[in-house]
Amino acid sequence: MTLLKVEDLKVYFPVRGGVFNRKIGDIKAVDGVSFDIEPGETYGLVGESGSGKTTTGKAVMGLNNVTEGKIYYDGELLNADKKGQKVDIRKDIQMIFQDPYSSLNPRKRVLDIVAEPLRNYEKMSKKEEKETVQRLLSRVGLGPESMVKYPHEFSGGQRQRIGVARAIALKPKLIIMDEPVSALDVSVQAQVLNFMQEIQKELNLTYLFISHDLGVVKHMCDRIGIMYNGRFVEEGLKEDIFNDPQHIYTKRLVAAIPDIDPRNRKENIDFRERVKDEYSNSYYDYFNEEGLAYQLKPITDTHRVALPEKG
Amino acid sequence: MSNPLLEIKNLKTSFRIGEEYYAAVDDVSLTVNENEVLAIVGESGSGKSALAFSVMGLHNRAKIEGEILFKGNDIANLPPKKLNKIRGKELSMIFQDPLTALNPLMEVGRQIDEVLFLHNSKLPKAKRKEYIVELLERVEIPRPEHVYNQFPHELSGGMRQRVIIAIAIANQPELLIADEPTTALDVTIQAQILDLIRELKNDLNSGVILITHDLGVVAEMADRVAVMYAGQIVEVADVDMLFNNPQHPYTRSLLSSIPLLEDEQDRLHVIHGIVPSLKNLPREGCRFSARMPWIDDDVHEEHPELHEISPGHFVRCTCYKHFYFPEENKEDQSHDITQS
Repeated sequence: MTLLKVEDLKVYFPVRGGVFNRKIGDIKAVDGVSFDIEPGETYGLVGESGSGKTTTGKAVMGLNNVTEGKIYYDGELLNADKKGQKVDIRKDIQMIFQDPYSSLNPRKRVLDIVAEPLRNYEKMSKKEEKETVQRLLSRVGLGPESMVKYPHEFSGGQRQRIGVARAIALKPKLIIMDEPVSALDVSVQAQVLNFMQEIQKELNLTYLFISHDLGVVKHMCDRIGIMYNGRFVEEGLKEDIFNDPQHIYTKRLVAAIPDIDPRNRKENIDFRERVKDEYSNSYYDYFNEEGLAYQLKPITDTHRVALPEKG
Repeated sequence: MSNPLLEIKNLKTSFRIGEEYYAAVDDVSLTVNENEVLAIVGESGSGKSALAFSVMGLHNRAKIEGEILFKGNDIANLPPKKLNKIRGKELSMIFQDPLTALNPLMEVGRQIDEVLFLHNSKLPKAKRKEYIVELLERVEIPRPEHVYNQFPHELSGGMRQRVIIAIAIANQPELLIADEPTTALDVTIQAQILDLIRELKNDLNSGVILITHDLGVVAEMADRVAVMYAGQIVEVADVDMLFNNPQHPYTRSLLSSIPLLEDEQDRLHVIHGIVPSLKNLPREGCRFSARMPWIDDDVHEEHPELHEISPGHFVRCTCYKHFYFPEENKEDQSHDITQS
């Protein structure tokens, strides 16, 4: 059973201008994106800034208006836009934000931050609430004394874990993570990534993992979708994407990742040069006149690539 | 042998917190030669940016002790008037954040012109403009004449970063300090920017100090690497040596905490504990010892020093000889390691 199904999702932002501030056009942030996520898996959404990956995540979360398309969660249509009806489902989907410095209210104590979702959805006595928060905090490796502290008293990694505690408070099934470790140092990043894998196993969570860091994505994700200009250019298992990239954009992206072995430096520079040439030479074989990707075509059971009709 | 381009001797940069001064850069000595990229690696709070700002003389109220010899002249604590003669000219810096390093109210061309004018005021305006357009071309900005008159907000992040690089190289610096030059950028743009810095280094024969926490970037760019922890240098080596034969526990921990593309790792190594804050830095003994509690206390030196273990390869403290990762040593059960 598919947990999340996104069908032909389009999110357009109006561009206003002219005399009466009329709508004069659209920015097509997400332009026809479809993908499925199975329960328990980690699905990676990769792309550069402006590719629409965050907008896609926010649309699933209900933070953006959907222009067109359908989002099903566990078989139920999410964007049916009747208020109230989706409240129970919304509990199951939570989000972890990119920047642990700005996603926690600096004027609230950790207790209030983590208890906020509980107060919205569950009726709990003050005592129950406190116990639940304490349990959640110990789950993310923070002591009970941190309940009365404020966000500024914590390090980046600890803050991100407070964000995680808040996200898991309502026992969600799907967590959307938007660049959860981009703002963190490598050693802290390792800590948070490990921790997320642990709670995924323990709580049987499904992740939608949005990132531009391919090393991290490869470490975390089972399947990956690559976005460019609001569309998917390639989707497949981690192995498909990294070992057998088909689309020229994916190739270029994979080639651009810095190699950790300085002995390969010369090779990498040459390889990148070749891929760059290939990219500029065959650009119009992979993108249409508007510079947009074509529809995805399956090339194996798991691997889909955006190629033109003729092939 | 000629003198090194930059020689830092026993630099100590302290900031005042309350009534006392705390050293963020604590007794650091380094050299940078011509046509060499020296990478300084470390996490936030390790003092790597404080070090760079000390060289550039950008600290306002810090206490700076020690010597910073640039082409043989001490530029530490030089009054701004004198410093401005070389700053932006022979010595320049690429700042980390392209969003805040540019003036939002000034056209891009004029911002580049500013640094040009300051050091070449005799050059006529038309000539300067010609040169700026050339510069913009060089950093691969498309339609440079058009961009010359644009404001920063009209450019993308990658473009802005290139403008900042153009400003930094406008006067063909002999020493370029790049503070996390690509952290805010996407990977494909990062690759282009790194190419650009590499090219400049070769063309101008400049020395480059590359400050970063991204070990991939270091492996691609650096000739030599200095690893900083808690204000001190803990290891210095050639780039090949550092990646293939890292010695200091901190360097080894850092290297094993990043997800690799080639190998599958089940778990990433997590460095125990947290980076100490400036006020709580352990000032005595091995500063990294608190981060590896499973290692016996008596393997550390009382006053850890940098030891040259092979030509050009320096490691601080003696504890590296006894270091092992907790997960690789199964027979040693005597020490219970509780995760933080």
